[in-house]
Amino acid sequence: MIGNIDMSLVDWSRAQFALTAVYHWLFVPLTLGLSFMLAIMETIYVKTGREEWKRITRFWMTLFGINFAIGIATGIILEFEFGTNWSNYSWFVGDIFGAPLAIEGILAFFLESTFVAVMFFGWNKVNKKFHLVSTWLVAVGANLSALWILVANAWMQHPVGMIFNPDTARNEMVNFWAVLFNQVAVDKFLHTISSGFLLASMFVLGISAWYLIRKREEQMAKKSILVAGVFGLLSSLMVAYTGDESARTVSKVQPVKFASMEALYEGKNNAGLIAFGVLKDTDKKIGEKKVKEFAFKIQIPGLLSVLTGGDRDAYVPGLKDHISGNEKLGIVSTAEKMQRGKYAREILTSYIKSRLNNDSAQISAIKGVFRDNDFQNKYFRYFGYASIEKPEDVIPNVTTSFYSFHLMVVLGFLFIMIFSVALYLLFKGTISDNRWFLWIALLSIPLPYIAGELGWLLTEIGRQPWIIQDMMTVSKAVSQISTGSVITTFILFAVLFTGLLISEVSIMIKQIKTGPKH
Amino acid sequence: MKPNNSLLNRVFHFYYDGFRNMSGWGRRVWVIILIKLFIIIVILKIFFFQDFLYKNWHNDKERSEHVLDQLTNSSDNYDR
Repeated sequence: MIGNIDMSLVDWSRAQFALTAVYHWLFVPLTLGLSFMLAIMETIYVKTGREEWKRITRFWMTLFGINFAIGIATGIILEFEFGTNWSNYSWFVGDIFGAPLAIEGILAFFLESTFVAVMFFGWNKVNKKFHLVSTWLVAVGANLSALWILVANAWMQHPVGMIFNPDTARNEMVNFWAVLFNQVAVDKFLHTISSGFLLASMFVLGISAWYLIRKREEQMAKKSILVAGVFGLLSSLMVAYTGDESARTVSKVQPVKFASMEALYEGKNNAGLIAFGVLKDTDKKIGEKKVKEFAFKIQIPGLLSVLTGGDRDAYVPGLKDHISGNEKLGIVSTAEKMQRGKYAREILTSYIKSRLNNDSAQISAIKGVFRDNDFQNKYFRYFGYASIEKPEDVIPNVTTSFYSFHLMVVLGFLFIMIFSVALYLLFKGTISDNRWFLWIALLSIPLPYIAGELGWLLTEIGRQPWIIQDMMTVSKAVSQISTGSVITTFILFAVLFTGLLISEVSIMIKQIKTGPKH
Repeated sequence: MKPNNSLLNRVFHFYYDGFRNMSGWGRRVWVIILIKLFIIIVILKIFFFQDFLYKNWHNDKERSEHVLDQLTNSSDNYDR
């Protein structure tokens, strides 16, 4: 059954998924954040009764509407790709993925067909309070919708709350709450929505800055900057806090990804956090994989130990510890995990043979093994290692992981500074005079988009070679379809999404130039 | 004749008036939405994104057997 499929099938399938996800993520975060900003602005309008705030809300609602409409349904393509390109994976994850995605679909349908319509069509038709409630429900609904997708993604990073059924070849959910409150899901949800809030704040700040540069709509721009500045500063602090929490969780559940993020090959006590670093190639190797070293680095001594272990002397394991194992720390070597994975695969193979031979005694005995917690925790959790050829294959691309993480962190601190300066200049009453800052704010609009994409790059590249951490490799997940059709759809998507992006930007620019209705 | 003030009627008119009085940008994005949905749901789904397992195997038993075969095969699903 297994044919000789070209290696490029996996690469093209990955590239196609990455392209779709990257474009999809250009539309989503603005919806997440701007919906809450609209709710805040409209609340001020309802509370104060000042028409100025209604005008401001309606202007930003127009831009929200453009983004919402263009972005809607771009995520459906990802679901198509699961069924076509990643069928083994789709089947294997079973209802763990299906349940959250179904909830998301239902939520999105009700949200989009009702409350979004009230938001846009309901001005002067429904009473003020009902309209306000609808705007808040759109914001809450959009963010809850994101929750379910992130729960599904978190399960791929840290699979919990399920048991594998050898009869159906699917993982079955046994604990919904464990899946929902998976620590990775909680961290990911909070970090992602706060990054969306930040991005929307920068969007509002940057466009308002443009109006001030052009000396237009100054009252609206300053009021918008007030909301964007406060919301943006709080969001960027929340992004920093949740990012730190997220990194701690990664250090526990995806330690190889964590070591790669820091390019930490040798574990150490009193490990420093790299504030800035440049990597270079060396002749040293782990197995056949080349080791990177720092050509230059600035580090904060002891901070990595403090952040992960609670004190300066805490030992932070490096990539070598995870590959070779560290008995003192209870780290199982990759070679041992490969043995355990192969054992789990042998048991599964015996089960298939028993089924073919109708050996009911053997079937019943092996089913018992699969229900045994010891087998699940010690062996089946490493099932994916059975497909690993060499221990060093579990190391992701260190260069990409390191730079995407550190650039994201640098940008995070830059955002805190920008929002702080915006508020300082606004309260000082000199924001319109400081054109240098207005230009920085305007030119910073793309930066949170870049930071968000870098975050996803780290999440997904840092997890390689796994599609489901420790349980399934990417190469096992792919369907045997023709590479040509994947290339065709890749090009189709590139054209479709680029067209959508151009449409969005051009319609938005036109509306921004038109400005709010007087 | 008594005007029809049922909830259904009011909801219908709410949407009807909303779409009729839509601004220029609203009309433009609706055109984009419809083109996009046509491409995604009609062209992509039907011609390019058929579910691989549902297309090639008749029932869940066969599908699970295929996936088990893939999972237990010692080589990757592609040649390096």
